[in-house]
Amino acid sequence: MHISEGVLSAPVLITGAALAVAAISVGLKKMDSDKIPEVAVLSSAFFVASLIHVPVGPSSVHLILNGINGLLLGWLCFPSILVALTLQAILFQFGGITVLGVNTVNMALPGVICYHLFGRLASQEKRIVSLVAAFSCGFFAVLFSGILVALSLVFTEESFMAVAKLIVLAHLPVMIIEGIITLFCVTFLKRVKPELLGGIYGKGS
Amino acid sequence: MIEEQFSIGDSFVHNLDPRVKIIVAIIFSVVVAVSTSFSALLPALVVAVILILLAKLPVGKVFYRLLFVNGLILFLWFLLPFTFQGDALFTVGPLVGTKEGVLYVSQITFKSNTILLAMIALLATIPISTLGHAMRQLYVPDKAVHLFLFTYRYIHVIFQEYQRLVNAMRIRGFIPKTNIHTYKSYAYLVGILLVRSYDRAERIHKAMLCRGFTGRYYTLSRFSVRTRDLVYLTVMLAAILGLVMLQWRVTI
Repeated sequence: MHISEGVLSAPVLITGAALAVAAISVGLKKMDSDKIPEVAVLSSAFFVASLIHVPVGPSSVHLILNGINGLLLGWLCFPSILVALTLQAILFQFGGITVLGVNTVNMALPGVICYHLFGRLASQEKRIVSLVAAFSCGFFAVLFSGILVALSLVFTEESFMAVAKLIVLAHLPVMIIEGIITLFCVTFLKRVKPELLGGIYGKGS
Repeated sequence: MIEEQFSIGDSFVHNLDPRVKIIVAIIFSVVVAVSTSFSALLPALVVAVILILLAKLPVGKVFYRLLFVNGLILFLWFLLPFTFQGDALFTVGPLVGTKEGVLYVSQITFKSNTILLAMIALLATIPISTLGHAMRQLYVPDKAVHLFLFTYRYIHVIFQEYQRLVNAMRIRGFIPKTNIHTYKSYAYLVGILLVRSYDRAERIHKAMLCRGFTGRYYTLSRFSVRTRDLVYLTVMLAAILGLVMLQWRVTI
């Protein structure tokens, strides 16, 4: 869900960049210097996982995973996603320098929101609560991202309204798939490595 | 799949000081992104093409990169002319395409391609590790730079791990389809990828502590600004200033 270069207006770009700088500094502050290698390895795992394409009928979508990224990393999801987007911009030229701020906020903010909304519920003992929370985490993270992308476009130019609506609608199947993937992923992690879900990096000092 | 396709080369652009290239890339992108007048966007595209030619990059590969972004822009071409208010230019059935809409989408197309070309010519020609050190010298916070360098380093390791897992799935007859089984398998793939990288992270951290890691990253590479860097910087800044003047119709 990248917005390409050259689409957004200056006020939207500046707002995005300012918000991104503020949130990234919170994330960096919460990240201990000696934890950097660990956060980096998880970030690269997310980078690689987002290259996975899952089939939806005749076409396919790639995983976004900003929900589970937020769940594991909390506020650190901002620097983690910033780095991933920077690498994508340089290696594949998806997105670019001027939209980096907006794109980071659009992807990472939903992650942080979902971490606060569903983080504790997802790691609960009660099976049904945890399942619903995990699904919602994946679902709403993509929904919020879609809405933020739509808002960035509409604030740029009102005629983008139709495009914006179409983007949110087109992401409906993605939301459901991300929900299902996050659900299974959280059940898996709870069984195999429960400490990962505790937001070990999320809390920070 | 994950490789730096344009970073190796011996052209004039490849040999410039990376800090100069980063600064020029940022200023140029910002100016183009906020420009709205074709009298500035057209020369900007010419400048970007010149940068690509100076970098002597394989034209086919550059073109392929542009193709992807223009696919997204094509989608805007199908929608925006019809949603924009303005003078009618053409009609498709009941839909009316407006002149303003077409001009607006053309503007986006110009900006996107120009910025992209400049990014390929200026940023993609810097090896990632050099880019990290250059960012540090340009006052990007240490923590962010370290995260950037470490993440890039481990993407390759984790990608190999991922390929091994996918091969294991294929050997066992996994064929992705639109069903719960597929999604479950992919979710577990993501899960095991996270678990393995977490375990690896712990081992890496311990190994680094053994070697005296305190959160600092030392580098032996030194950059130096030479005459040609200064000449290049001056010429580019002058060109960008020219674009600014064309955009806002400033005359000396």
